[in-house]
Amino acid sequence: MKRIKTYLQPEYVIERLKDRCNKCKICVRECTYNVHIYNPKRDEILSRDEYCVNCQRCVVFCPTKAIRVRKNPNTYRENYHWTEEVIRSIKQQAETGRILLTGMGCDKPHLTYWDRLLLNASQVTNPSIDPLREPIEIRTYLGKKSEHVNINYKDGGDISLETELAPQLRLETPILFAAMSFGAVNLNVHRALARAAAEYGTYFNTGEGGLHPSLYKYSDHIIIQVASGRFGVNAEYLNKGAAIEIKIGQGAKPGIGGHLPGEKVREEIAKLRMIPVGTDALSPAPHHDIYSIEDLKQLVHALKEATDYTKPVAVKIAAVHNSAAIASGIVRADADIIVLDGVRGSTGAAPKVIRDNVGIPIELALASVDKRLRDEGIRNEVSIIVSGGIRSSADVVKAIALGADAVYIGTAALVAMGCTLCQRCYTGRCPWGIATTDPEISKRIDPDVASARLKNLLQAWSMEIKEILGGMGMNAIESLRGNRLQLRAVGLNDAELKVLGVKAAGE
Amino acid sequence: MLRSVKLEGDTAIINAEYLDHKSMNRILKSMDSEGIRRVKIKNVYGIRYIGAGMKSNMDIEIYGTPGNDLGIFMDGLRITVHGNVQDGCGNTMNSGEIIVHGHGGDIVGYSMRGGAIYVRGDVGYRAGIHMKGYGDRNPVLVIGGEARDFLGEYMAGGIILILGLNMKKRMFNMRFVGSGMHGGVIYLRGRIDRLGEGVEAAEVNEEDMKIIGRLAEKFCRYFNYEMDEVMDQEFMKVIPLSHRPYGGLYTR
Ligand code: SF4
Ligand code: SF4
Repeated sequence: MKRIKTYLQPEYVIERLKDRCNKCKICVRECTYNVHIYNPKRDEILSRDEYCVNCQRCVVFCPTKAIRVRKNPNTYRENYHWTEEVIRSIKQQAETGRILLTGMGCDKPHLTYWDRLLLNASQVTNPSIDPLREPIEIRTYLGKKSEHVNINYKDGGDISLETELAPQLRLETPILFAAMSFGAVNLNVHRALARAAAEYGTYFNTGEGGLHPSLYKYSDHIIIQVASGRFGVNAEYLNKGAAIEIKIGQGAKPGIGGHLPGEKVREEIAKLRMIPVGTDALSPAPHHDIYSIEDLKQLVHALKEATDYTKPVAVKIAAVHNSAAIASGIVRADADIIVLDGVRGSTGAAPKVIRDNVGIPIELALASVDKRLRDEGIRNEVSIIVSGGIRSSADVVKAIALGADAVYIGTAALVAMGCTLCQRCYTGRCPWGIATTDPEISKRIDPDVASARLKNLLQAWSMEIKEILGGMGMNAIESLRGNRLQLRAVGLNDAELKVLGVKAAGE
Repeated sequence: MLRSVKLEGDTAIINAEYLDHKSMNRILKSMDSEGIRRVKIKNVYGIRYIGAGMKSNMDIEIYGTPGNDLGIFMDGLRITVHGNVQDGCGNTMNSGEIIVHGHGGDIVGYSMRGGAIYVRGDVGYRAGIHMKGYGDRNPVLVIGGEARDFLGEYMAGGIILILGLNMKKRMFNMRFVGSGMHGGVIYLRGRIDRLGEGVEAAEVNEEDMKIIGRLAEKFCRYFNYEMDEVMDQEFMKVIPLSHRPYGGLYTR
């Protein structure tokens, strides 16, 4: 067969302002895609636009601010239906015959309900509270809550708790760091996440690639994940977390498994996962010991047996059409926490067609799961964590009002560390040193600096959450949990309002 | 609970008749911490998770049929079963040994990371799925009889030896052997014509025969076979064609 010439034009073009560029060659070093090249013969820096992913690394690091990355002005004729993205995809597939791979979460415009939900505030009645002067409690406990507690009143006024409480996770803010595996990201990223979680009083999730022994010291702030490939899972690992999460699915790719491209499987990753170096790490969609709710219960119990019933077990599923029924099953499978990951959930690598078309918005899934569990009288038996595109403290507050106990943040945490959402995590060449296991590029994340950035984010959002709560006249986040009266919707139809259990603004 | 246990010399005898999995494992763990090294469990009718996550060199003999996930996550136990085992025997085990004198259910040795499982009879579907291996850690699964489809699926390391001793013909009947396999090796005593995608059948070499001989010897010792009976046929092996069976599927 003849070689196929590509008809694809570069997506971005580099403009270098000649009067500013002093040929320091920093851009040549910073770009991990080799876009900028220095030609010593003619003493000039050239750019190969076709490799640019618009990550902005060179732009930020150029000391004279000489670089502009622009969308290629040579676009196709405008067409509402046949967009640039559609045409490019077709051409690319026509030239390769392959599945389109992408990274991060669904980037389509029509799926964010957070922006259609507005929060309440107190006026006249139920006066608001100033969080700067009065305490507002946002500490959150995750785990099964007893229906009754029996208290033993002893002579002399001593009291003790008779009821044995289920194991709980204690969070100083209702925000945890979502699962990102060692392999998808590098050890410096894990270090930063673990340290920030420990110092702020929350949790970091290992993802499915195991836990590097150097992080064992953060055990009390780690949720360890067990996925279908069972990478890095042994009894020691299970006992090195404060909780265990069984990953059934993730929002970026419901129904399909994990796939860590071989480029990223270097020595240390291979060793922890116990697979050959350079091989693709495959976790199939199903756990082959779980084909039913009864089987799920079996794994939940096996994990509890292996850890002497001391740790909460979470089950993570992607938000799909029948999430509510599945969630009910998860509670009956004796899980302590349900994690719901919406259609915006991110990933290091997923087929684009799956990422952008499978799953439902987290807002709708959360509302229906919370309602279903309340209707069945089992909401207290489980905590709900939601994830998938949580971008701000406002999203956190709205999620809690819709019924969540806490949220996971993944993308937001990466953005805090430097990520610019270029969506090329699967190449293993993340210019910001995050989604890469290349030892040189990984150095771009300094765990000290990155953990400080993460802590700052947690602190800023926590203060904002308190501000919002105070404005509603609430002094504890408990008062907001599942309190949908604090939400009003704009621009939603009746069906959406019904699922969300929220009134229209003005009602 | 205590009524179910008695000591005979240095061996503890547990009557499992009235125990659930929680109390069973609690008993085993407390015996382990008391320094008891030999345990016999009698009247086992489907108790799950026996030995789950135990890090110990205890020697456990089971009479009856242990339930699913026997020895899940275990680290060092030696379990002998006088009977059949159900699904998930040795699930994600880290080290130790499980010797089964009967047959095994589905996903025997799921995601094994070390140690060995010997099954005298047949096993069900997806045995050895996700077996791992790295450096000198090389888990072993030896099957005396036959296996069902998807043997060694997604295998990333380790060794499976399947003997087919009770087979009438010399041709294994299972399908999709080694689908998605990207490491490790499957040795077969006999032939196979229905492999999974991405693997190839190859001749065994001297090195392979040494490994097979070593495993077969143990098998004979455990289950009272003669080496001649086991080594009387040609062996072959199934290995992955590439480390990246799905590497060519995606475009960026
Ligand atoms: S890929 Fe990033 S670093 Fe390289 S030229 Fe483009 S924007 Fe700059
Ligand atoms: S993690 Fe790195 S590769 Fe992935 S989107 Fe962010 S900047 Fe791009």
